[in-house]
Amino acid sequence: MTDEPLLRVRGLSKHFPVRLGLRTTGLVRAVDGLDFDVRPGETLGLVGESGCGKTTTGRMLVRLLEPTSGSIEFDGRDITHAGRRELRPLRQELQIIFQDPYASLNPRHTVGRIVAMPLQVNGIKPPGGIKARVQELLELVGLNPEHYNRYPHEFSGGQRQRIGIARALALRPKLIVADEPVSALDVSIQAQVVNLLRDLQRELGLAFVFIAHDLAVVRHFCQRVAVMYLGRIVEIGDRADIYERPQHPYTRALLSAIPDVTQLGPAGRIRLSGDVPTPLDPPSGCRFRTRCWKAQDICATEEPALIPRDGGRQATACHFPEGEPVSTSPEGEAASTSPGGDAASTSPEPAAAGPGVATAGTGRGVAANIEEVSS
Amino acid sequence: MSLSPVEGVALAEIEAGGDEGGAAAKGVVGRSPGQLAWLRLRRDRTAVVSGVLLVFFLLLGLAAPLIEMVYGIGPREQFQNLLDGFGMPLGYAGGVTGEHWFGLEPGLGRDIFIRLIYGLRTSLFIAFAAALITAAIGVVLGALAGYLGGWLDAVINWITDLTLAMPFLIIALALTPTITLRFYGERGQVSSAFGVGVLIAVFAIFGWASTARLVRGQVIALREREFVEAARASGAGLGHMLFRQLLPNIWAPILVSFSLAVPQFITSEAALSFIGVGLSDETPSFGRMIYRSLDFLQTDPAYVFFPGITIFALVFAFNLFGDALRDALDPKSSR
Amino acid sequence: MDSSEPLPSGEPDDHPTVPTQRGNEDAYLRVRDLRVRFDTSDGVVRAVDGVSFAVERGRTLGIVGESGSGKSVTSLAILGLHDPRRTTITGEISVGGRQVIGLAEDEVRRLRGRDMAMIFQDPLSALHPYYTVGRQIAEAYRVHHPKVNRRAARQRAIDMLNRVGIPQPARRFDQYPHEFSGGMRQRAMIAMSLVNDPALLIADEPTTALDVTVQAQILDLLADLQAEFHSAIILITHDLGVVGQVADDVLVMYGGRAVEQGSVEQVLRAPQHPYTWGLLSSVPSLHGDADADLLPIPGNPPSLINLPSGCAFHPRCRYADRAGSRSRSEVPELRPAGADGHLVACHLSAEERATFYAEDVARVGVAR
Repeated sequence: MTDEPLLRVRGLSKHFPVRLGLRTTGLVRAVDGLDFDVRPGETLGLVGESGCGKTTTGRMLVRLLEPTSGSIEFDGRDITHAGRRELRPLRQELQIIFQDPYASLNPRHTVGRIVAMPLQVNGIKPPGGIKARVQELLELVGLNPEHYNRYPHEFSGGQRQRIGIARALALRPKLIVADEPVSALDVSIQAQVVNLLRDLQRELGLAFVFIAHDLAVVRHFCQRVAVMYLGRIVEIGDRADIYERPQHPYTRALLSAIPDVTQLGPAGRIRLSGDVPTPLDPPSGCRFRTRCWKAQDICATEEPALIPRDGGRQATACHFPEGEPVSTSPEGEAASTSPGGDAASTSPEPAAAGPGVATAGTGRGVAANIEEVSS
Repeated sequence: MSLSPVEGVALAEIEAGGDEGGAAAKGVVGRSPGQLAWLRLRRDRTAVVSGVLLVFFLLLGLAAPLIEMVYGIGPREQFQNLLDGFGMPLGYAGGVTGEHWFGLEPGLGRDIFIRLIYGLRTSLFIAFAAALITAAIGVVLGALAGYLGGWLDAVINWITDLTLAMPFLIIALALTPTITLRFYGERGQVSSAFGVGVLIAVFAIFGWASTARLVRGQVIALREREFVEAARASGAGLGHMLFRQLLPNIWAPILVSFSLAVPQFITSEAALSFIGVGLSDETPSFGRMIYRSLDFLQTDPAYVFFPGITIFALVFAFNLFGDALRDALDPKSSR
Repeated sequence: MDSSEPLPSGEPDDHPTVPTQRGNEDAYLRVRDLRVRFDTSDGVVRAVDGVSFAVERGRTLGIVGESGSGKSVTSLAILGLHDPRRTTITGEISVGGRQVIGLAEDEVRRLRGRDMAMIFQDPLSALHPYYTVGRQIAEAYRVHHPKVNRRAARQRAIDMLNRVGIPQPARRFDQYPHEFSGGMRQRAMIAMSLVNDPALLIADEPTTALDVTVQAQILDLLADLQAEFHSAIILITHDLGVVGQVADDVLVMYGGRAVEQGSVEQVLRAPQHPYTWGLLSSVPSLHGDADADLLPIPGNPPSLINLPSGCAFHPRCRYADRAGSRSRSEVPELRPAGADGHLVACHLSAEERATFYAEDVARVGVAR
């Protein structure tokens, strides 16, 4: 693994002006200062809830949106504001897969034409002809190459998503931005597509930026995970760190909110109150503080930096990350400083540590503690 | 809670999922959305009947010189010998005979049938030419405005609004004679080609705006679709975006608006010719014929009847066909 | 397809296995041998084909299925929301002792909203954009309480908004749906459904459009409200995790038929049908080996217009061959399997199922 990142993002921001007539009345800070790297062949998961800016980020990475500030370096070249002609050679190495398999294929084009589009647009004539290449691609994604002449409406959602993947692969890219590629599919189909992407990633050595709201899917696909909240990365780290040792309260809340088949009944959850605040007027200081059960005065005044803990690869933007003692205790915090609470905070997901045989009993006990903390 | 959203859910459930079986049974070559629309159109009886009628009219118009040869009478030939002393055609029903199928014009004694055929030809030519030019201007301006947005969109939008705000009839009334005067002077003999050209130009100037607005709306709706973004992410240029990705998806509304614009232009031509700013009497046209015939409404009703019924049938068939086309291209709207 | 006519649940009277709940005779909602058919231009569609279940007050039934499984059609049939010109419904649906099928439209309407209510997946399409949220809730109340005056209805609506956890309900009352966030809209939708204290609540994918943290809030809210109002809930979802969390009983549907039903422990802990196994092993989990491949169900969900013969799942079933040609020719009966009240519609024998499921679990490497 080389240390030279394939994709290098620094201070990336996108602000959408809100216009009332001709006057600009406000700024939606959809993405606000992202830093991250993706190395060749690496899969980075970008997770967060709706409105956290993950889709905007993905659109900026493939330059469908113009960044407001910051820089995007791809393969050592700055592409932040590159024009269409300068981007051309890069387009071939940087592709995108979309969420909606119904909107992402031109209904008037045959499958062959859809998959061949990137080749034709870039004037590439593969050896053996375009048709042979397209059929090879269709086979690669598990479709019948004979279906070359069919139209999108004749395929199911999962098959359409495969067509979208074949199109993204047509130019042999190095990095693919996958924007919620499975969330519009039936459950039994999601696994098919996740497995396909994993196989392709391994076989072709592709790097991925995998945008998703489903942490469980991301866990099965990504080596590294960045958690976003209101336009910022609140925590980034290796998969094992994020899922087993989450340090940011928001990461913990997200993880515990996922209903898991392995746990029956009303398992204890960290209950976040309220909704995500509007990016039009994000909270001062730490953006998560309005929903955080640990929030203190400093959280409102000072924005926590995304800094690595223990010199490791896991970075957390929090004044009071898990595993560090909390200096003062407002009401409700007392519970977490008790021994039980500590156990809860260091390992909120007991089953993740063991081979999945965690009984509901312990799970609930721990979770109950968390609930006390949060309420 | 009405039934509609609920039925929608149910239908979505039924229609969702495995087209697999159906598709596998169909064989390898798929049916394009256009082919499916064609199938739906062929199943629609109104569409078939109005379509056949339209084709019949088109053929008549196209074959006018041929018909003249077979019929043996030209549109400007006068048969004064078949008129009585008051200039009225001899015989019954305006002089209908085996020779003159629809009778003769009172006064000049020209053959109504052949003038009708040539009038059809003129009207259809003007209407189709105007509709084509209109559609071309509208599609290009609308697509550019919709796709590029920004100041170009603002400017085109402004011009569109301006055009739509202009009163068509008044300006046509003022403009047509002025142009004619400018080119031919007070007493010049206006050629029929010039008259036709002026009419088409006037229609095109006023007609493009609604098409542009329609296309712009469609393009804006499509612009944010992911397949358009996919093409952009692959580095596609403006030409590819407009002509390969966007236009194939808006043929349906363009076609429908085209098929509804043609009858509108036919009636407009008739109306303008009727009030005297359209074609001169030299060029056979529906408007002139009806205008002339109104004087004889009491004395020679057959003269009013034939052009009237033809223009009615033509416009009616066009409108029916346009509606059927809309249903076939967009089956959801008729549900 | 005709061979599928004599279905197991065709004789409801001596059917030993219909309900999975105790005391089903006085269950609030009883559905027996429900069949829903649509006449479409492509032929007759059997959207629901012989489904039976019962829900008591205070309990939650989770109906699990993918697109085209008939799960939404089932709920619409219970609510009597079908176009009678194109739909044929047979069987028995009893809500609080009253038959819904065959009831006159205005009587069904009276039942709907007062005794049973529905929560839709997309609250934005269910709420009218031009009326304030509060007004819609108050109207929903006044429809069934015509004697109540405006002020009382307003008070009732504000109480409901407060009850579902919407802050500043009096101010929110006068706002329009677009001024609400997604989670708040779903809360408002729930408030509207509950304004008449319905004993039966049908929630069709109520949290699918929501973020996980908001989903957690809504699921908690539903549980709290159920405890308070003691209502029977049908939760329709594709998410087994959600089912495991809130349901007492589970009905798994595939191709318009019930393939497995039982208590939540039975279905999720000791699943009997290969389709249920497939659903469980294809869902990525937060536990277990993250590098192991998911075990997807091959193929696509069937189209109800073109349902496979015999067992509708057989084209996607790994074990269809073991059951021989029966899987293609014969619709499997819903039979008792293992524990009390656990039903499965599968041609495999109990022993075969036990062996295959053990293999399946070993392959996925997730213990559950």
